[in-house]
Amino acid sequence: MAETDEPLRIAGRELGSRLLLGTSRYPSPAALADCIEQAQPGFLTVSVRRAGTGGNGFYELLQETGLPLVPNTAGCRTVKEACVTASMARELLDTNWVKLELIGDDETQAPDPFALVEAAAQLLREDYVVLAYCTEDLALCMRLAELGCHAIMPWAAPIGSGQGLTQPERLALLRQRLPGEVLVVDAGLGRPSDAAAAMELGYDAVLLNTAVAQAREPAPMAAAFRAATDAGRRAWRAGIMPRHSMAQPSTLAPDIPVDQYASSSSSSS
Amino acid sequence: MSTAAIMVKLNGEERRVAADSTAAAAVDAWRQDADAPYVVSVNGDHIPRERLAATALRAGDEVEILTLRQGG
Repeated sequence: MAETDEPLRIAGRELGSRLLLGTSRYPSPAALADCIEQAQPGFLTVSVRRAGTGGNGFYELLQETGLPLVPNTAGCRTVKEACVTASMARELLDTNWVKLELIGDDETQAPDPFALVEAAAQLLREDYVVLAYCTEDLALCMRLAELGCHAIMPWAAPIGSGQGLTQPERLALLRQRLPGEVLVVDAGLGRPSDAAAAMELGYDAVLLNTAVAQAREPAPMAAAFRAATDAGRRAWRAGIMPRHSMAQPSTLAPDIPVDQYASSSSSSS
Repeated sequence: MSTAAIMVKLNGEERRVAADSTAAAAVDAWRQDADAPYVVSVNGDHIPRERLAATALRAGDEVEILTLRQGG
């Protein structure tokens, strides 16, 4: 297997990494900066909200990373709110990328699929690069793909819950049915093994925030997620063995003749 | 002499501004950090920077001044 992996590309833009990171809930700006260094994310997500009385430090910190910044529409409940937020973010950050979130339920922060499809269609008409945060519903994700969304980002579990992949079979089905789409597991990851599991399903990237920001030691956790994301990706590319219902004894299997090892190794030299 | 004034909301706070205020004037008076990037909406509509000076405020208008913040 070739070790060199294809970089993640969204809307023709090459990103430096398959781990994508949110910027919220870190214990300090310095902790955020350390996590960015450890995680080496492909982009950072940010929000557009009321200006406070604080200074400009957050903006400067993000600028110094040199990473792409992708604004979200967090907290938006209606198509109009989401489209206005995307428009304001476009002016603020000079980007047409948007992580499109439409919330249908306060308790679970569950995406509203109906408003999401409508908002995605409108923003795509206005030449946005739309990364759609959604549920793992197959028909919804297929609809978002048909519309032309540039990344389809089903949740693993509710935002910030740390539950991990609650519906792995449904996520696997999405990968199977949408082989050519950029699929990103977004929200609900808690442990590095959750990120590895998502990547082992063939997902193109993972987007996380709270699992790093709220760890007892965020920067080492960011490094752990970095390693797990890479491990999962390499496993997917290497081809994971199928599951069997019965034992497949390894020791009792017939020996492979040593000369066959030799011929297989010499064929690659 | 009292200049005619109107009440508007700036980021949720009631503010008294001159009756002939533009969105640009009200926003400039509100902002504290001249270097911080910002964008503005009035009554839920995005008003691009170049249109702020031509946007007259009316009593009861709700002006939102937004900036880059932390997000997931």
